[in-house]
Amino acid sequence: MSRTRMILGRVAQALPVVAGVVVISFLLTRALPGDPAAYFAGPAANEASIAQVREALGLDKPLIQQFFIYVGDLITGNLGQAISTGQPVAADLAARLPASLELTLVALVLSCAIAIPLGILAATRPGTWVDHLCRVIVTAGVSMPTFFTGIVLIYVFYYLAGWAPSPLGRLDFIYLAPPHVSGFYLIDAALAGDWFTWIGALKQLILPATTLALFTLAPIARMTRAAMLTALSSDFIRTARAAGLGRGKVLYAYAFRNALLPVVTTLGMVFSFTLGANVLVEKVFAWPGIGSYAVEALVVSDYAAVQGFVLAMALLFVLLNLVIDIAYALIDPRIGVA
Amino acid sequence: MSDTSLAATPRKGDKTLGHIAYVLKGNPVTLLAFGMLAVFLGCALFGPSLVPYDPLATNAPRALEPPSWAHWFGTDQLGRDVFSRVIVATRLDLTISVAAVAISFAFGSVLGSVAGYWGGWIDAVLNRLLDTIMAFPLFVLAMGVVAALGNTVENIIIATAIINIPFYARLVRAEVNIRRYAGFAQAAKLAGNGDLRVLAVHIFPNALPPMMVQVSLNLGWAILNAAGLSFIGLGVRPPTPEWGIMVAEGANYIVSGEWWMALFPGLWLMLAVFTFNLLGDGLRDIVDPRKRT
Repeated sequence: MSRTRMILGRVAQALPVVAGVVVISFLLTRALPGDPAAYFAGPAANEASIAQVREALGLDKPLIQQFFIYVGDLITGNLGQAISTGQPVAADLAARLPASLELTLVALVLSCAIAIPLGILAATRPGTWVDHLCRVIVTAGVSMPTFFTGIVLIYVFYYLAGWAPSPLGRLDFIYLAPPHVSGFYLIDAALAGDWFTWIGALKQLILPATTLALFTLAPIARMTRAAMLTALSSDFIRTARAAGLGRGKVLYAYAFRNALLPVVTTLGMVFSFTLGANVLVEKVFAWPGIGSYAVEALVVSDYAAVQGFVLAMALLFVLLNLVIDIAYALIDPRIGVA
Repeated sequence: MSDTSLAATPRKGDKTLGHIAYVLKGNPVTLLAFGMLAVFLGCALFGPSLVPYDPLATNAPRALEPPSWAHWFGTDQLGRDVFSRVIVATRLDLTISVAAVAISFAFGSVLGSVAGYWGGWIDAVLNRLLDTIMAFPLFVLAMGVVAALGNTVENIIIATAIINIPFYARLVRAEVNIRRYAGFAQAAKLAGNGDLRVLAVHIFPNALPPMMVQVSLNLGWAILNAAGLSFIGLGVRPPTPEWGIMVAEGANYIVSGEWWMALFPGLWLMLAVFTFNLLGDGLRDIVDPRKRT
C-alpha cells in the first residue's frame, strides 16, 4: 500500500520537472535570433506575408498568452511543421524514434553485460591486473569522443577487415525492411520470421551499438566496482562468510543484490549521456534516428524540428528517470515496508 | 602574535608542498598529466608561430598525402598540413572550454553561495531551476541553446557554460550550506563583518579545493562537448582549424582509406580530454585522499 503511495508520490514529483522542461523549451523557441516570423515566412517573404505568419503563429500576442497557446499545442501533440521534410515534427519524430531507441537500448544492454561483470571482477580482486585494466578502461572510456570511436571502428572493421557492412543506416540495400509492428527492426524481423533480415539488421547495429557501449562502459563499471567494494566490506557479508556460506552465494545473493541499487541509479545518468552521444553516433553511422534528424534540421536551420527534438528528448529522459526510480522502489525491499 | 604567524606560515606551506610532493611521488600518472598539460598550454600559446605550414594554406597537388617526413600527419583533401592544423586548433579548443568553464564557475559560485547561505525561497527556486536543466540530456540541451541563440562560437561557449552551471552551483551550495553556522563563520560575523564579507572571504574559500577538482574534470568534458557540437556542424565554421570539424571532414574520407585526416585530430582531442581527466583525478587525490576510487 505505502509502496503504491511512494510510486504515486514519485510521479507527482516529476510533474514540476515536466513543467520546467516545457517552459525552457518554450523560451528556446522564442529566443530565436531576430524575428521568428520573418524566419518562418521564408527568404522570399515580404512585409505582408511576415505579418500573416506572425498572426498565424500567434507571435503578435503577449508572451504569456503565447505560452498557453504553446502548451495547448503540445497537449494536442502539435510541435509545428518541419521545413526540411514538410511533415509535422511530431510525426517525423515518432517515425524515427524506434531507430534511436533500438540503438540506445541494445548499446545499454551490451554495455551492462560487459561493465557489470568487469566491475565485480575488479572489486573482488583489488590491486590485480583486472583491477588495473578496469581503471584504464574507465579513464580511457570517458576521454573518448564517441564520434571518434565510431570512425575508428568503421575504419578497422569496415575498411580494413571488411567484416562490417557499410555504415549507412539500419539495413543494407539488399534487404527489405520488415513489416512495421514496433519499429524495432530486430523485433519486427523476428516476428515476421525473417531471419535473413534479422541478421542483416543486427550486422548494421553492431558497430554503432558498440560505439555507444564503449562510451557508457566507464560510469557503469566504475559504479559497480565502488558499490561492490562497499557491499563486500559491510558487516552482513562478514556474517555471511562467518556462517560458512559459499563464495558464490555471498558474492551474488548478498553483495551483488545490494550493490545493484546504486548501479541502477547510475543508469539514469548514463542514459542522459547516451541520449546526447546518440546524436553523434547517428551522424557517424548515418543512422536514421531522431538524432540525425535533429542534425539535418540544424544544418538547414529548421528550428521547429530542433526544438521538438530537444523537448522530446527531455520528456523521454524524465520518463526514463521515473521508470528507474519506480524500478528502484520495486527492487529495494526496504522501501515501503516501514 | 606576528612572530607565531610568521613562524607558522612557512611550516604550513612546507607541509602542503610536502604533501603534494608525496602524492606526486606515489602517483607518477599525475605528474605525467601535469607534463601533458604543459605541452597543451605550450601549443595553445606558441602553436601558431611554431607550426611548419600555414594551417589555412591549400596546396592542391599535394592533397590527401599519407603521413611523411614533410607532413607528419599527412595532408587533407585541399592539401593543408594536418599537423599544423591540429596544433593551431589547440588554442581555439582550449579557449572555448576554458571560457565556458570560467563562466559556469563564476555563475555557479554566485548562485550556489547565495542559495546555500541564505536558503529559503532563493534556494528552493534555484534547486528547481537546476533540476530542470539537469532534466535535459545535456548535450541535447546545448544543441537546442545553440540553435536558439544562433550558430556562433560565442554561443557554443554560452551553451557549454549553461549545461555546466548546475554542477558548480550544487557543489558550492552544499559546501556553503554546511558551514553557514560553523564556529569560524559565527566568529567572523560577531567581529562585525557583513553577511557578504563573511560569505565571500570566510566561507566561500572552503569550497575552492573541491571546485578545482570539478574544474579539471569539467574542462575535459567541455572540450568533448564543444568538439561534438562542431562535429555536427555547429559553432566553428570550416576553414577554421578545430578538432571536431577536422574529425568530421576526415570522416568522409575514412571509408576510402584516408585514415590520417580523422585519426590525428581525434587522437589529439582524446589526449587533451585524457589529460584533464587524469589531472582531475590527481587533484582529487591531493585535495581529498579519501575519495579515491
